[in-house]
Amino acid sequence: MVFFNNMGLLAVTPGMVFMWIIGLILIYLAITRQYEPLLLLPIGFGIILTNLPLSMLMEPGEGLLWRFYHYGIEWEVIPPLIFLGLGALTDFSALLSQPRLIFLGAAAQVGVYVTFFIAYSMGFSLQEAATIGIIGGADGPTTIYLAAKLAPQLLGATAVAAYSYMALVPLIMPPIMKLLTTDAERKIRMKKGRKVSAREKLYFPIIAAMVIILLVPASAPLIAMFMMGNLFRESKVVERLNETAQNSLMNIVTIFLGVSIGATMNAEVFLRKEVIFIFFLGLFAFMISTASGILLAKFMNLFTSNKINPLVGAAGVSAVPMAARVVQKVGAAADKRNYLLMFAMGPNIAGVIGTVIAAGIFISILK
Amino acid sequence: MATEVLVPLAGNIWVVLVNVGDEVEEDDELVVIEALKMENPVYAPCDGTVSEIRVKKGDVVEDDDVLMIIEES
Repeated sequence: MVFFNNMGLLAVTPGMVFMWIIGLILIYLAITRQYEPLLLLPIGFGIILTNLPLSMLMEPGEGLLWRFYHYGIEWEVIPPLIFLGLGALTDFSALLSQPRLIFLGAAAQVGVYVTFFIAYSMGFSLQEAATIGIIGGADGPTTIYLAAKLAPQLLGATAVAAYSYMALVPLIMPPIMKLLTTDAERKIRMKKGRKVSAREKLYFPIIAAMVIILLVPASAPLIAMFMMGNLFRESKVVERLNETAQNSLMNIVTIFLGVSIGATMNAEVFLRKEVIFIFFLGLFAFMISTASGILLAKFMNLFTSNKINPLVGAAGVSAVPMAARVVQKVGAAADKRNYLLMFAMGPNIAGVIGTVIAAGIFISILK
Repeated sequence: MATEVLVPLAGNIWVVLVNVGDEVEEDDELVVIEALKMENPVYAPCDGTVSEIRVKKGDVVEDDDVLMIIEES
């Protein structure tokens, strides 16, 4: 009798079954459609695990997944380590050769702020509204970092929304890009920027870390790791650290990140109507961010003879390098000899930094 | 007249699709350059014959390097 009472099967609720199905759908999309498989696969499995009753996996103080979540995400260890790897993977040449493209990365944060105000006016708290708005930046680790700090109850939903929209970049962005640009604009071939020296690339992470952290101290953990990873890369003397940050370390922390996010999504927390709103608002934020980058590029073209192809503005959302790839594809569809990929990397990388700064501003005001 | 085919974006040579002596038409794919895990075809700028190829599979190329030379017909 004791065995039967301790058996999980009798404690299963309909909500848990529903969450199993969501977990299975994510696993299915990860495998068959290859939608962000490195994250959606462990997230999907984590969702199933956390909705198996009486397992204590997420029991505070003793559960295995709780420990991953607590020491990895609540202690803010994993997202900064992901940023270390991203920094090591990032080549700032595209940005440094045409610094004006930074503005496009900044414009793409408009969606974050617009959605923040809309979510707040819909009755979400300021902290929740900020966490929802940041989805517009389409940056997974930053979304998780901000959610853990401001609104941990929304972490699972906002993280899944952010990663889903990043996976759907090739579907969501092109219609907006085509709607807001003319055929002639899509055919604009951009002039190559100046060559960037190795020395500039070496100085950049050091100076950028100092300037950004002095201005927005709350962004320090992510920016510090991002720029250190980039310094590993550009110094050329610590190839082993550079390689580890990009590959092994990144892979290791991704495992714990994915399963921990999934584990936060238990039925009581996740199956509320607010979660539906989060998904819609997140999508809205992402679309506004795409559009505002394009519109700023068109606006900048009014004042310069060295025209910017406005498609490049869409890459201001930080999904790196998916957004830049989409820009290349849409541009090549209008003119197959137009190679926008490297130009799009400028706003794309500026977008990552812009989203981190936006998150830092939210933390310093709302924490 | 000899026309140089230049690298339109930095990356790695993924594949060279033509050989020296091949006749090509404008817009034929000559080389595919891999950048950011994306395959980017480079197209022939004119009709002609490939007279010289300066890259091979796996080479790292920079903007405006010469890929090959085409004798315009």
